[in-house]
Amino acid sequence: MTAAPSFSPSATAEIRQAIVDIAPAMVAAAPIGLLYGALATAKGMDVVDVLLASGLIFAGGAQLAAVQIWSYPVPIVALLISTLLINARYILMSASLAPKVAHLPLFGRILGFHVLADENWAMSERRAGGGRISAPYFFGMGTVFWINWMSFSLIGALTGPSIGDPTRYGADFAFTAMFIALTAGFARSRTSVLVIVAAAGAAAAAHLTIGAPWHVLAGALTGIVVAAVLGGETETAA
Amino acid sequence: MTDQTATLLAILGMAAVTFGCRISGLLLGARFRPAGRLRAAFDAIPPAVLTAVIAPTVLVTGWAETLAAAATIAVAFRAPMLATIVTGVFAVVVLRHGLG
Repeated sequence: MTAAPSFSPSATAEIRQAIVDIAPAMVAAAPIGLLYGALATAKGMDVVDVLLASGLIFAGGAQLAAVQIWSYPVPIVALLISTLLINARYILMSASLAPKVAHLPLFGRILGFHVLADENWAMSERRAGGGRISAPYFFGMGTVFWINWMSFSLIGALTGPSIGDPTRYGADFAFTAMFIALTAGFARSRTSVLVIVAAAGAAAAAHLTIGAPWHVLAGALTGIVVAAVLGGETETAA
Repeated sequence: MTDQTATLLAILGMAAVTFGCRISGLLLGARFRPAGRLRAAFDAIPPAVLTAVIAPTVLVTGWAETLAAAATIAVAFRAPMLATIVTGVFAVVVLRHGLG
């Protein structure tokens, strides 16, 4: 060990490990970013709007849901409710990760948590285990994942009009498939499987009757109630 | 209000809502430790929300989407995320072509 702490070999190694860990999620996010850019411009947003949305919102699920309910005049209240419903999970995710980065500077934590998405959150939690997470790993991963999302949103917005209908290539389903993969990661007990089944049924029913974006609230609340009712039971871990 | 102004307001509003959710956990921090039924309810939020978002596509959009989702779910428990997504996209293209 040398006495120079700033850009030590271990910091480089931490950044490299962060990129290796997040690389599959970056590849998976690429078609979704392309899709977002293409669909958003098809709905009348310009390239600057797309970059602002991807840079400042930085939440694929909420951004794609917004594009689905986007119309003119812009339904701002419905968009904000939909965004809150879809992104409320970040409250719990950030509460869970907060103690593992408590040793980092506050401004850095705020920037780092602004770019907290499902994928880099999951990787950071795994890296931290029960302990701390290093600054190079946490910030390195967040930065590359943000740049990745921005880049593919931009390419999608620029090339979307010339590519044509993205559903021809099944690109719209990449988002659904990614959410299935993320959900499968949570289906680790009988209770969580019942939560998922109940949420799916209620959301589909609400979508048919009330319409978007209320299916998100209906499905989420139904799943949460099912979990609370079954909560007293002993979990059978997988 | 012009559409351009409304678009900008909607984007900034959505950004503020999302940022608020992400930052709130930093403020709650270690003091927030639910237990029992409350803990079970909070644990259920991520899968319940993820499921609710895609349920209309999976269940009530068309047979191609429903069957492709079934194939994706079968793969999701065995394969890494990227393989799961490739399976889903490939299945939906084939099924839309075959059933459409």
